[in-house]
Amino acid sequence: MGNEAQTPDAAASADFQEVQQTGQFQELRKRHRSFVFPMAIAFLLWYFAYVLLADYAVGFMSTKLWGNINVGLVLGLLQFVSTFGITAWYVHYSNRKLDPIAAEIRNEIEGHEFDKGSTVRGAAK
Amino acid sequence: MSAMVPMVNVAALKDTTLLNMGIFALFVLVTMVIVFRASRNNKTAADYYAAGRSFTGSQNGTAIAGDYLSAASFLGITGAIAVNGYDGFLYSIGFLVAWLVALLLVAELLRNTGKFTMADVLSFRLRQRPVRIAAALSTLAVCFFYLLAQMAGAGSLISLLLGISDWGGQALVIVVVGALMIMYVLIGGMKGTTWVQIIKAVLLICGAAVMTLWVLSIYGFNLSNLLGAAADTAKNPNVLNPGLQYGKSDTSKLDFLSLGMALVLGTAALPHVLMRFYTVPTAKEARKSVVWSIWLIGLFYLFTLVLGYGAAALVGADTIKSAPGGVNSAAPLLAFHLGGPLLLGFISAVAFATILAVVAGLTITAAASFAHDIYANVISKGNADAGTEVKVARRTVVVIGILAILGGIFANGQNVAFLVALAFAVAASANLPTIVYSLFWKKFTTQGATWSMYGGLSAAIILIALSPVVSGAKTSMIPGANFAVFPLSNPGIVSIPLAFLLGWLGTVVDKRREDSAKQAEMEVRSLTGVGAEKAVNH
Repeated sequence: MGNEAQTPDAAASADFQEVQQTGQFQELRKRHRSFVFPMAIAFLLWYFAYVLLADYAVGFMSTKLWGNINVGLVLGLLQFVSTFGITAWYVHYSNRKLDPIAAEIRNEIEGHEFDKGSTVRGAAK
Repeated sequence: MSAMVPMVNVAALKDTTLLNMGIFALFVLVTMVIVFRASRNNKTAADYYAAGRSFTGSQNGTAIAGDYLSAASFLGITGAIAVNGYDGFLYSIGFLVAWLVALLLVAELLRNTGKFTMADVLSFRLRQRPVRIAAALSTLAVCFFYLLAQMAGAGSLISLLLGISDWGGQALVIVVVGALMIMYVLIGGMKGTTWVQIIKAVLLICGAAVMTLWVLSIYGFNLSNLLGAAADTAKNPNVLNPGLQYGKSDTSKLDFLSLGMALVLGTAALPHVLMRFYTVPTAKEARKSVVWSIWLIGLFYLFTLVLGYGAAALVGADTIKSAPGGVNSAAPLLAFHLGGPLLLGFISAVAFATILAVVAGLTITAAASFAHDIYANVISKGNADAGTEVKVARRTVVVIGILAILGGIFANGQNVAFLVALAFAVAASANLPTIVYSLFWKKFTTQGATWSMYGGLSAAIILIALSPVVSGAKTSMIPGANFAVFPLSNPGIVSIPLAFLLGWLGTVVDKRREDSAKQAEMEVRSLTGVGAEKAVNH
């Protein structure tokens, strides 16, 4: 067993620092971060805004909208809606923008295009 | 109470004990057969810990829901809404939104970089020994508190469901539950455990769905009517508004904010949830499983809103609070009111199955962490063969099982919410900063990781020990003493930011630099999934 994460695999011979520097990988990294970071900040802000409202704006949250349904309940249910919505949006984004480029890089590494000390690499460029 | 709401006769519950036991025995029998069949292919460590990575996204997503919807979710939230009204609903929201952290920031990247445990990822590009030991210790701590909560929950449920109210009888049932759990995990490994969780999740969600539709049909499928009836039974319109439980003082408001923080940040750092991502073949399947579990868990928490207010309207908060099992008895009492002994028997069996399945999931996580991180990688320095490691894991299961049984017997009757909140706060403080930093911050170092993990872990545990949950209040674990210098019952608002700060500070003052080749490897592997372990073919 040993250092499990480092068992030999199809990518063991790859020079990862070189892969990291490629434009293709930089693009993947940028696409991933430019989606997940703003989205994470947005949903956390919206969640804490909701918690703070429920905590400190009881009067506003207790305002009846129709029947016995009040603002607090509607905002709470909207947290469910936004969670489902962000989930669906992320899946759609990953399938279109992340998965194809990740698969391309993976195939290149597993096809030994980035091997350490490989001469094929120089010739290919 | 209006004439259409008959009082639930709590004493009559005892007559259904045999039926409850029968349904429960049937569940155990069916799952045992499945576990035996699933265990025939358990040969390697990947089989035992990660079910051969052979589950599909939707199967694993259902199992995650089974792992996550513990007794605290089903009985705890329904009871909290029934008794505390709107403030109970806030739990549902925190528990659900937390999954976005797991989906966006953790699940896929973790699946791509690790193999069996959380420590695999955290120690990937840092120094192995110190980081592995820290990660394994925090895994064991979180699992242990979570286990105690489940076992203590089992004890207090039994008093209501099986009509066993004496201490010795409850202790005996805890021993039986614990022994069953050890059997499942020993024989079935991750595969058997996963199947138990899938079956339990389906039963739980179906049971909750039937009860939800039943309650709604009583009120003409009009949510507003249901809420009105709940307010009428409670004779207090404020059950529909926030603040009934947490609005009393500035301290309690701050406490709620702290709880909200621990809930939303704790989920993505729970080791038994993280370990489930390794049972699927690819990162894409890991994503699918989170998506699947978000839908199931979200749906279930919508049910709890109806069930909680339904119990408030049809059973009444006073009846619930005075029943054996207290707040936790809201869902079973509602089942008894709706469908009589048969529905109660079914819901009780599901509640037991829930505890059994969650305890099994926690046990295998703790055993994997000990055998894989401490034994294989630290004690025998990576020289242990896979067969020995699995043997150690199996022995650890027995030890943890016995500890959980003993802990459960002594924690029986203790405040269950305290233990669950502790597990969430410990997970968010000890694990989350290091997970996030090591995945996204290039400069992060070993010193940052150990400062953050040990600092977060000890801050969370010390603050809880000094909180009103342990001493100084009527509801404390040690009501006679008073050393509660920390006023909040949840430490998250202090310990989580502190752990993030320590991780940053430990890194910037660290003179050592980490291997940049390893950082490059981790980043490329995490985003592309290159070289990640595939499914085991038999």
